[in-house]
Amino acid sequence: MRSSPALSVSPVMEGQRASLGLKASAGFALLFLHFPILIIILYAFTTEESSFQFPPPGLTTRWVSELFNRTDFWNAFGLSVLVALVATAVALVLGTLLSLALYRSSFFGKESITLLVILPIALPGIVTGIALRSGMSLTGLSFSFWTIVIGHATFCIVTVYNNVIARLRRTGYSQIEASMDLGATSFETFRYIILPNIATALLAGGMLAFALSFDEVIVTTFTAGQQETLPIWIFSQLTRPRDRPVTNVAALFVMATTFIPILLAYRFTNDSQGR
Amino acid sequence: MTGDASSRPSWWRRVAIYLYQRPNLSLVLLLALPLLWLAVFYLGALVSLLIQSFFKLDGFTGRIVRQFGLETYQQLFTAANMDVVYRTVIMAAVVSVACAVLAFPLAYFMARYASYRVRGILYLAVLIPLWSSYLVRVYTWKIILAQEGIITWFFNVLGLKPVLDAILAIPLIGGSSLSFSFIGMFLVFVYIWLPYMILPINAALERVPKSLIEASSDLGGRPNYTFWRVILPLTVPGIIAGSIFTFSLTLGDYIIPSVIGNSSFFIGRAVFAQQGTAGNIPLAAAFTVVPMVIMGVYLVVAKRLGAFDAL
Amino acid sequence: MAAHSGRSIAVKMTDVCRHFGDVKAVDHLDLEIYDGEFFSLLGPSGSGKTTCLRLIAGFEHATSGSIELHGVEMVKWAPRRIGFVTVGQRLVSVPPYERDVNTVFQDYALFPHMSVGDNVAYGLMIQKVPKAERQRRVSEVLDLVRLPGYESRKPAQLSGGQRQRVALARALVNRPRVLLLDEPLGALDLKLRQQMQIELKAIQQQVGITFVFVTHDQEEALTMSDRLAVFNRGRIEQIGVPAEIYERPTTGFVAGFVGTTNLISGALAQRINGSDQAVSIRPEKIHMVALDAAVEPGWKAVMGSVRDVIYLGMHTRYLVELEGGGDLTVVQQNLETSSIDVHASRGNRVKLTWDTTSIRVLQGQTV
Repeated sequence: MRSSPALSVSPVMEGQRASLGLKASAGFALLFLHFPILIIILYAFTTEESSFQFPPPGLTTRWVSELFNRTDFWNAFGLSVLVALVATAVALVLGTLLSLALYRSSFFGKESITLLVILPIALPGIVTGIALRSGMSLTGLSFSFWTIVIGHATFCIVTVYNNVIARLRRTGYSQIEASMDLGATSFETFRYIILPNIATALLAGGMLAFALSFDEVIVTTFTAGQQETLPIWIFSQLTRPRDRPVTNVAALFVMATTFIPILLAYRFTNDSQGR
Repeated sequence: MTGDASSRPSWWRRVAIYLYQRPNLSLVLLLALPLLWLAVFYLGALVSLLIQSFFKLDGFTGRIVRQFGLETYQQLFTAANMDVVYRTVIMAAVVSVACAVLAFPLAYFMARYASYRVRGILYLAVLIPLWSSYLVRVYTWKIILAQEGIITWFFNVLGLKPVLDAILAIPLIGGSSLSFSFIGMFLVFVYIWLPYMILPINAALERVPKSLIEASSDLGGRPNYTFWRVILPLTVPGIIAGSIFTFSLTLGDYIIPSVIGNSSFFIGRAVFAQQGTAGNIPLAAAFTVVPMVIMGVYLVVAKRLGAFDAL
Repeated sequence: MAAHSGRSIAVKMTDVCRHFGDVKAVDHLDLEIYDGEFFSLLGPSGSGKTTCLRLIAGFEHATSGSIELHGVEMVKWAPRRIGFVTVGQRLVSVPPYERDVNTVFQDYALFPHMSVGDNVAYGLMIQKVPKAERQRRVSEVLDLVRLPGYESRKPAQLSGGQRQRVALARALVNRPRVLLLDEPLGALDLKLRQQMQIELKAIQQQVGITFVFVTHDQEEALTMSDRLAVFNRGRIEQIGVPAEIYERPTTGFVAGFVGTTNLISGALAQRINGSDQAVSIRPEKIHMVALDAAVEPGWKAVMGSVRDVIYLGMHTRYLVELEGGGDLTVVQQNLETSSIDVHASRGNRVKLTWDTTSIRVLQGQTV
């Protein structure tokens, strides 16, 4: 980087242009981040059945219809959606309660609680996974839909918590005081003032929690047993390659499914930032 | 405001008043459910993980012996298992450095040069890969790195096939194709964790006050000097914050080493294999203690260096 | 105050403390505010005036003392329990929503997701006032604050002054017995501020509600209030009608904070007043006269020379160095002189005279 001319230009003056070197390295990082997405789109339509040949010998849409007839895929998809919905609902309730409790109070142990909320996502996923697995082994609990949900909800709480507490901090506390001053109890204040204020933050946090859960594989493999969520289905396709073309289409499909909630979440967060 | 003084307040209004006058009780009620959840399902699980790591697997019956002892840890500290640990830590370190080098120019461009609109677009461009399907993105690299894939094709088109072969011929990090080499695995790790590095560096850069840069150049600091002596040191907490993610995520990942690479074990894969096919939950638990300890030390050092402010 | 005898008391605070750790935001406060009064809490920032207002509203909780609103105690003792064991007592307050007071917030605190009409109707909606009456009362009060027909606007579409009026309407529509105003004009520019001062006063007289008005602007407090309390460091320095506060300040702080004054202590006080007790004399009470002018009986005269002259248009401020040490600030109205003459007086030897009754003796030795 030392030789990069970009960094030798003072960035002080307004409207100054970045140098070619900096633009090129920034552009390279962007390209690196995004060209795989183009690849996945391309390969969803390749006519090649058994290898990842580039360039694809031809293009076809027949794998799309083939995927639609695969019940194993749709079963996994259904399970993933159901898990994500329930985990998101749990995370919404728990995350909102936490942020309401923590955003204006200070008490001994508050830092530890914040750490505890972040920990499931800060520690490697495998820790959460094997911890839950060994807990189940210790207590004799067997794999079920709910063991998956418990794992997912635990690391989803933090996304809801972060979104809601940020919004609560941005909402003037005087609004809450004004509501109580005008005769509303804490319950009424929550219903009429706090909830409308945090609504989009809840949506954004919920969307992210959904995307996180829908896509999760590391923790899930430890808590799912024989059940197949969509990521586990894809993972098994990866390690034991068969039906490559169908997997390609499935990959594109999953990408698109997570893409929408993320874009929506981004909009919800940034729309309300202007206020 | 009392509405009608003659009627008694409704029961839930009385509940509200009761709770209002007991802020500690209200706090306990709000915290009860989430804390109970986290304590039981997360802390409880972590504790059981520690407990399990002191149990051992009876090699003969294949059953877990619920008796405290250090045999499992003795097993962990055998040369073969320690190789797995070293390999993982080195990979995590190299990946973190590469992420920092790649992330810095983009973060710097976003923070210093991009207009408000462009910055928003770039921000989204970094966020989308961060949040979109991790597994699919790993899978994409399986396609990209395949022997018959786009990278090989690219080198062929440029007539550089011998260069690629030479790279793959390097002992240790090479392999039969990129998809089965440490180089390939390294590329995928860097790709997957890169957004985690860009965002904290960007946040740290945006926090460098413009006035400070102006002051430096007012005092005759040449641009190069300003960058190396003012901007970069102030960005260090951001880089460390980013490396917390890249390091921790690499330590614990087992998907990438199972999909890409020459099937040599990393911590994550070892844990996965031990609890799964081997049924050796105690050893898997002991293995997991390693990244927890490493990250614990890492976090303490990072906190000393002020990285938490950049998170 | 004789004028208030027989009037009922709206707010009564007795020995109220509000401590945040070591910080005494409000310290042993005693205060009585009468029904229908326009009462100001005046003081610099951090003097405890806003905390006092928040104690009345119920947003802050007293550490000790008693707060009565129309004779009803707002600070009560409750048993402190650990589990089921009573281990002592603690103070609890009546929640804001159980108090017959409403507040106009400094930042207005309008609800951004509601229209102006819904903002104003909020209190009525909570009280379950029927919709038709709600609408009638909202449009009535919007007329009162001169925003007729603004019901469907959003707060974001309004100017600062309009938001201020909405905040006022939202509080007034509930017909509270006491209206609390926390520096409501602080965010407005000077012209709008002066206009709102007049309007606020007019509205108060029209609705007859007790207004408790927090401000750091002494001029605002003097022009608007029936009575005011001057706050300093969590305590009340003086309570009185505006003229009383201005003309007869009892402490150096009040004399200095309300208007400008000459605070005199030590040797100079001895020379001027015959005692080293600290005194205050307003600059406009000192007359600058010709050297040979006669001194009226009951008046005091000293000689000095003009060291500095500040021309202020309507009047001129002189800094006069006294013979024998010390100096006094003197303000003279510019009745005949022009600015050129004024500046020429620099260095002139002058005679200063004042009526000895305009000297205020202050509590405490120092200022």
